[in-house]
Amino acid sequence: MHSGIVISQTDTRPMYLQIMEQVKQRVAVGEWAPGTEIPSIRQLAIDLRVSVITIKRAYLELEREGIILTQQGKGSIVAPNPNLSPRLYYEEFAERLEQVARLGELLGLSNDQIAARLRDASKPLDLTRTETIRLKKEIA
Amino acid sequence: MNDISVFFDGVCKKYPHFSLDNIGLELATGSIMGFIGANGAGKSTTLRILMGLVHQDSGTVRVLGHSMPEEQTAAKLDIGFVSEDLRLYGPATLEWHMNFLRPIFPRWDQPYADGLAHRFDLNPQQKIKGLSHGQRVKAALLLALARRPRLLVLDEPTTGLDPVARVEVLEELMSVLADEDRTILFSSHNTLDVEQISDQITFIDRGKIIDSDNKEAFLDRWRRLRLVLPPDGVVPRLPGFVQVGGSGRLPVVTTNRFEPAMVSACNEMGATVQAVDTMTLEEIFVANVHSRRERGAA
Repeated sequence: MHSGIVISQTDTRPMYLQIMEQVKQRVAVGEWAPGTEIPSIRQLAIDLRVSVITIKRAYLELEREGIILTQQGKGSIVAPNPNLSPRLYYEEFAERLEQVARLGELLGLSNDQIAARLRDASKPLDLTRTETIRLKKEIA
Repeated sequence: MNDISVFFDGVCKKYPHFSLDNIGLELATGSIMGFIGANGAGKSTTLRILMGLVHQDSGTVRVLGHSMPEEQTAAKLDIGFVSEDLRLYGPATLEWHMNFLRPIFPRWDQPYADGLAHRFDLNPQQKIKGLSHGQRVKAALLLALARRPRLLVLDEPTTGLDPVARVEVLEELMSVLADEDRTILFSSHNTLDVEQISDQITFIDRGKIIDSDNKEAFLDRWRRLRLVLPPDGVVPRLPGFVQVGGSGRLPVVTTNRFEPAMVSACNEMGATVQAVDTMTLEEIFVANVHSRRERGAA
């Protein structure tokens, strides 16, 4: 089975986290259904040209989170009821919020101003919309 | 089945202007070790001792269960070695080299050799002296791989290769490990290659091993903490303290024994942690070498 996982060289997160995230996405969208066999640690290592120990680490964490099951000598499968708790996303979210708060403080923004900017950020930007329209025209 | 493919204990070798001092190494079968050091750190000498090409003054070296240098003849049948000088015969073709090696090594795999020549884009009929540096490296690697050795020892295999060739070489090295009984030890000063494919990482500097651990542990325990100190605050002496940079009230502290509790501990001591940076293997290596050299000088 070809994993289709692509590692980013510019992503500053550790490689095992990138691999975990992509496995989870495959499970979440149903590409890797519960109970299906997933690539063995060695196979994925060779496929991604990433050390065995890194894949081992990713699989171990995925097993701890209840996404996959690994049987000694038998390979790994997607857990029958994969637990896709977004704990990692929450952690990352908290981390980014902290960064934003600190930068805001550096710029002398009040808490209300930071909150307002955050509300703005969740609206799609006009710039993006014009860009999308332009691209659509180009593609069509 | 021996679980340790390469074992060094207390290995010393003295030269007039350089010495290897008390080298210890352990490499588990089925894994890759990246051996990192600056130029002249002792990487090649260590690999030559491993191959029995240089004899240690003292200490134990066991390779695939063989004592070196005494049992080097038996050991060498199972080791593929690619040295920096490559040792290819210029006037002959790659095919000539293959024909020369085939009868010597019982596990020589001609279909694999042909496949490698194709993947490496090498013409077996071309004379070695007409090849570029990158092609020579790939030719030497092909000759080592096609013997299907249980241990591959590569001295700077990716140095001087263009990006495409580097990826091809790394890809072949990884596919060797599909067989769990095969092991690779490679030296490099390209930390990016080492970071990507190694399970085990060893740093050598000035003839001494300065650190050796599995890669995940390495990357996990090294962190840079960006702190904000109160006026007249002092930099907290963190466990595993390596060095401090930055400026007076905004110090940047490097530790090699990071744990998440360090952040709350710093905050409670009045040093606000602004950020915890992960470090690349290159940054870890350089910080490690600098701090050791400074301590050595002090």
